[in-house]
Amino acid sequence: MKPKASALFLARSLYRKRRLSDAAKLLPIFGAVLLLLPLLWVHQGAPERSNTATNWVYLFIIWSFLILAAAGLAKPLNNFEDGDDQSSNENVSGRSPESGRSDAL
Amino acid sequence: MVAFWVERRAVKGQADWLKSPLVYTLSLSIYCTAWTFYGAVGYASRSGLEFLTIYLGPTLVFVGWLWILRKLVRIGRLQGVTSIADLISSRFGKSNLLGVIVTLICVVAATPYIALQLQSVTLSFLVLAGASTQGWEQPDTASIAFWVAVGLAVFTVLFGTRNLDAKEQHPGIVTAIAVEAIVKLIALLAVGIFVVWGMAGGPMDIFERLQRADIAGWEIKPSRWVGLTFLAAAAVITLPRMFQVMVVENDNEGHLATASWAFPLYLMLMSLFVMPIAVMGLDMMPAHANPDLFVLTLPLSQGQNTLAMLAFLGGFSSATSMVIVASIALATMVSNHIIMPIWLRVRASTFQSTNLRSSILLARRCSIAAILALGYGYYELSGGSSALAAIGLISFMGVAQILPSLVGGIFWRGATKVGAALGLSIGIVIWAYTLFLPSFGPDEAFSAAIMLNGPFGLYWLRPQALFGISGLDPLMHSLFWSFFFNIMAFFIGSLLSFPNPVERLQGVAFVNVFEEDPRNPSRWVQGLAEPESLLIMAQRVLGDEVALSFFSAAALAQGKVGFLPETTPVFVEQLERSFAGAVGAATAHAMLNQLAGGKTVSVEDLMAVADEAAQNLVYSQRLENNQHELTRTTRALREANNKLIQLSVQKDAFLSQVSHELRTPMTSIRAFSEILMTADLPSETVLKYATIIDNEGGRLTRLLDDLLDLSVLQNGAVRLDVQMVKAQDLIERALIAASQTCPERVFLIKRHLAREQIFIKSDGDRLVQVFINLISNARKYCSAKLPELAISVGQKGGQLMIDFIDNGHGISAEKQGLIFEKFARLTDESKAGGAGLGLAICREVLSNLAGRIEYLPGKGGTAFRVTVPLRFPGPKD
Repeated sequence: MKPKASALFLARSLYRKRRLSDAAKLLPIFGAVLLLLPLLWVHQGAPERSNTATNWVYLFIIWSFLILAAAGLAKPLNNFEDGDDQSSNENVSGRSPESGRSDAL
Repeated sequence: MVAFWVERRAVKGQADWLKSPLVYTLSLSIYCTAWTFYGAVGYASRSGLEFLTIYLGPTLVFVGWLWILRKLVRIGRLQGVTSIADLISSRFGKSNLLGVIVTLICVVAATPYIALQLQSVTLSFLVLAGASTQGWEQPDTASIAFWVAVGLAVFTVLFGTRNLDAKEQHPGIVTAIAVEAIVKLIALLAVGIFVVWGMAGGPMDIFERLQRADIAGWEIKPSRWVGLTFLAAAAVITLPRMFQVMVVENDNEGHLATASWAFPLYLMLMSLFVMPIAVMGLDMMPAHANPDLFVLTLPLSQGQNTLAMLAFLGGFSSATSMVIVASIALATMVSNHIIMPIWLRVRASTFQSTNLRSSILLARRCSIAAILALGYGYYELSGGSSALAAIGLISFMGVAQILPSLVGGIFWRGATKVGAALGLSIGIVIWAYTLFLPSFGPDEAFSAAIMLNGPFGLYWLRPQALFGISGLDPLMHSLFWSFFFNIMAFFIGSLLSFPNPVERLQGVAFVNVFEEDPRNPSRWVQGLAEPESLLIMAQRVLGDEVALSFFSAAALAQGKVGFLPETTPVFVEQLERSFAGAVGAATAHAMLNQLAGGKTVSVEDLMAVADEAAQNLVYSQRLENNQHELTRTTRALREANNKLIQLSVQKDAFLSQVSHELRTPMTSIRAFSEILMTADLPSETVLKYATIIDNEGGRLTRLLDDLLDLSVLQNGAVRLDVQMVKAQDLIERALIAASQTCPERVFLIKRHLAREQIFIKSDGDRLVQVFINLISNARKYCSAKLPELAISVGQKGGQLMIDFIDNGHGISAEKQGLIFEKFARLTDESKAGGAGLGLAICREVLSNLAGRIEYLPGKGGTAFRVTVPLRFPGPKD
């Protein structure tokens, strides 16, 4: 998506990538809240009968959602990271020189 | 067995496919141990869904990898961290004390967990062998556990300590774990599928059974739900085996991004069938059956022996891989932080002559054996009857005490060694007191009386109800108090203590790892370490071939041929990192310092040198300053002396002039008064002579007045009357007063009234005096036939300028300097009637008013410019 020559320099891709990492940071918090919801249901429902079965289904659904969301974010984030760190990765002599060059994509 | 086979293959050096993110993710599965196979099912059948917290916690941590894990991995790679103890020790100034503390915590916390694995293996073996699941005979199980422990020790020693890798990576073992992860998963999924579709009627059936099976004790307890999730999250970061595979063995940060979803996926799949298995077990198995072993007993009860075998294999391999990785990680820590420092200190003078590498390997091997012995010992001691779940959680809580120091260390530059040490110690003590020791059972470590009433009868110190909080269950209670005191001690300790420079450097390096250039070449000074000595030492630590290839590669990179690169700071830094892989960061640092008798420089040394240099610098600067001052003073003295001489000369000249000026009129006065006394003269002559005497007297008086005025002005003792005055008024006054001089001459005065409307803050009277002088001079000396005097007023740059220009023939250039001197007169003195002090006085007056007067050349006639600031700045000097 190339901006027109006369358009403003908006740096859209960089902005979006930053928002991606924001989303990735927000995801666990969101997930934690969702996973804690069963606590509330316990108190409201009838105390003699805890609804394990439905809770189980609910928890696994949330779990799957978290995994899918993380998977969706991981690929673009990875590209962002690598593009960002390319120079610093190559500068890092890190340890012994014979270490594998796998990090320089 | 699987592990053996894979290990053989991997050892042959197939490196490429190791670098895939899949292998990394699967290696993380080391988190799921035999506990997942056996303990989880038992936990589920006893407490319902609570077991899921153990897997939900890590899920959140990995999904949120950007928060903590990414930074951890980055730091690990850049700093060459070899274990969690190394990380903590390195962060807080390469402190060996912290390394020791963390190592001890890990060993103490991991021991029960290793025992747990042994117990699982033993029990599962017994089940498979057909023995009853309850009431086993002690010697039988003991021997199984014993031989398992021995076998594991041998395997780990063989494959975990083949060589010393600079990065402390063990690609073979990682591969083995990855394969084992797949085996685990398949095994558990297979049993699960069998249970759900083979034994039950599919998912809906399971669902209904779940609803029916809902019993008391399955409801979710909020405090435990939250607490355990947090605990599991903390454990996945701080467990030594997790740290090893997650940070130390990490080769590529991109793998972490994949693991962020792939690992939770793995966890989810592993825990998917736990509940169904538990439910089926509760339904199908007899009431006294051990729910921990449903994974085995259910297939066995259906005659599915191969499936049971597969399940056993999964459980066995997960137990063994946990023990292997954990013991490698722990052995690394023990040898780097406990054994090697002691060894170095003891052999400080002679270590160069021993083969360091084999010492390190020996230390590692002994550590592995010791750790397994400990695990076995704990297993024996605990009687093997406590529910497996409890042990696991106690272990988690122990290593979780490292979390505050870890997270604080990588995010907060203010975290210090003292704070970390305090936090860790207090946390572990409380953990031991409230959880670990009571777990041995009543009357083992703490008598039942102490549990009820507190030590020495101190009620508020009851191990499971500290400070009166008795409503929480023991685990949560311990979690709360241990973390509370841990964090408080960490914060307060950090805030109250001041870190040493290495700590601060490391603090910046760690916390700002995403911003800073990872290399800190300024830490080593170029050329102070000889490459040959470094090579010798490297050969001892890393092994001959590794050292040689390292050095020659570095030399090549520097463009040199051969084996000896120049000891640039970067090179020494890299070398330090390689050493750190073998002996730990703190020891490596000490070693390179020790080399060449202190000729190498560390930060500490650099600072000491810098200190000295600074002191020398200050001293020499002071000397220099003194010297300068001396020369300055002498010069000033000389100048002052010269001035004094000049002044003295001037004074003499002035005195002679003044006496001359005074004498002239005095002579006239005396002469004429003598005549008046002696002769008899006609009255007009008397009148004439008397007038002359009067005039001369007046002249004398004026002269004396002027002299006095001048003296006052020169001494600056004049009192100035500073007011707001208008230029126009001043000029008017001056004109009126000066018109008394030569009144017969008619002057044309040219003024520009508009410009004279300026207000000025100065001494008006004195200015008028100056103006009168100038105008009188003009009236006296202007030689033009039709005399004119132009007075023009202007201002510029905060200064008021008034020009007095007549149309005479001006003053020649060489005389322009003289006219301001005292008694200087350009024409015949009698005609002028003045003493020649007028312009001198003007000059003094204006000098006192922070202005000046100067002759303006090139105006045709005589022109004077008076410059005075619009706003009198105040008395000078």
